[in-house]
Amino acid sequence: MKEKAKILDSEAVGRTLKRIAHEIIEHNKGTKDLVIVGVRTRGAHLAERLAGLIAEIDGRKPPVGILDITLYRDDLSSIAQQPVVHKTVMDFDIEDKKVVLVDDVLYTGRTVRAALDEIIDFGRPQFIQLAVLVDRGHRELPIRADYVGKNIPTSTKETVEVRLTESDGVDEVVVLEKDE
Amino acid sequence: MKTKSDWTRKDLLGLEPLTREELELILATAESFKEVIGRTVKKVPALRGKTVVNLFYEPSTRTRVSFEVAAKRLSADVINIATEESSVRKGETLIDTGRNIEALKVDIIVVRHNCSGAAAMLARHMRASVINAGDGWHEHPTQALLDMLTLKEKLGRLDGIRVSIVGDIAHSRVARSNIWGLTRMGAEVTVCAPPLLIPPAIERMGVRVTPKIEEALDGADAVNVLRMQFERDSGDAFPKQLEYFKTYGITLERLKNAKKGILVMHPGPINRGIEMASDVADGANSVILEQVTNGIAVRMAVFFLVAQANEFINQKGATKK
Repeated sequence: MKEKAKILDSEAVGRTLKRIAHEIIEHNKGTKDLVIVGVRTRGAHLAERLAGLIAEIDGRKPPVGILDITLYRDDLSSIAQQPVVHKTVMDFDIEDKKVVLVDDVLYTGRTVRAALDEIIDFGRPQFIQLAVLVDRGHRELPIRADYVGKNIPTSTKETVEVRLTESDGVDEVVVLEKDE
Repeated sequence: MKTKSDWTRKDLLGLEPLTREELELILATAESFKEVIGRTVKKVPALRGKTVVNLFYEPSTRTRVSFEVAAKRLSADVINIATEESSVRKGETLIDTGRNIEALKVDIIVVRHNCSGAAAMLARHMRASVINAGDGWHEHPTQALLDMLTLKEKLGRLDGIRVSIVGDIAHSRVARSNIWGLTRMGAEVTVCAPPLLIPPAIERMGVRVTPKIEEALDGADAVNVLRMQFERDSGDAFPKQLEYFKTYGITLERLKNAKKGILVMHPGPINRGIEMASDVADGANSVILEQVTNGIAVRMAVFFLVAQANEFINQKGATKK
């Protein structure tokens, strides 16, 4: 894998998240009944940051949940590596809430499908919206995002990597290309 | 946080061959599953489409039910075979039974057998995963894992803790699995029993031996009390029941001299008034029912790990054990 292009640097990641936070508040007319749920690992970091930004703008921090979707995947048999199961953390009632699901990259849509199934096992929310930092296309399921940081048209030979301070020591989004 | 699993075993036959990292992975995975079983919808689709067979050559309700609940919480289909009502009575061998079960396209076989090594023998002949639910006097790995999960939850660690196992050590697969697992994790283990129920040279497994219950309790963080299996007594090795209670029974009086907050564990079913007094079993030190709950989480973790590894192995076309 070699780095082909840097799409977002640290400042751009910050600005993008701030914009999404504003959009979430605008779209939902405030923060009433709002909860933010991130998909482990980087979606969870983004969810925490978005909740913090929403608190700065609106004065109230929405509750944050973390999903580990490993147990809801449809690819136990085809995945190249075996993921470790970590805890899902949902310390609040999801019934009738406005859920914003957060992930770093939207690609085939299969992770989101798994996350939706898991959320619904916790109760019946009013609705679920989807926020992603990057939409790279190539959907295999009828799923779209309500809030998109950046659309990056990619080929399937490429990988989009979101790096965040919490897990990778730096905020940036890069496109990697498989070595021929 | 670790993201990639290093688990490569298609079977869980015992704790003796497991590394510290493998034990840690099972316990960490079990902790994640504990969250699942606390939900309103206590079920995840991880093993949807997989079939688990519980093949029990010894009567067991609690272990079998625990495996059954664990498999169902993972959305697997479960079939229970008790040998009293199967072709085993017609003389079929263990391997033939296993091959027939495998021909039904079963993915995981949970086996309990009165012969040590039965699970290992079955595993050698199967592509399906085999989980040992107790083989003779040898090992009962998931029982020890649930004991270890309970200890880790209550004490925060396993490294350096002091655990005493009291009871019929000689005939106990629970004791053996606990000794392998706990010592590998850095715990100090003491075994305590009447001398005839201590196997010779058990010190070589890295444990301290004492025939005195007071010594076993002194300074221990936890005492794991084994059931006296009087139904298995064929000779004179076993003391009389009342005599055993007087000499080895865990009573509130004896716990007064032990460390404050000492955990009292028991794999069940309890013989009240033989190995343990009723007010201890129901008392503040007892974590016996939490062990039962942790049993589900541990067995879910083991199912998930062996299924994941077996998929991976079959995918690569290898036949790694």
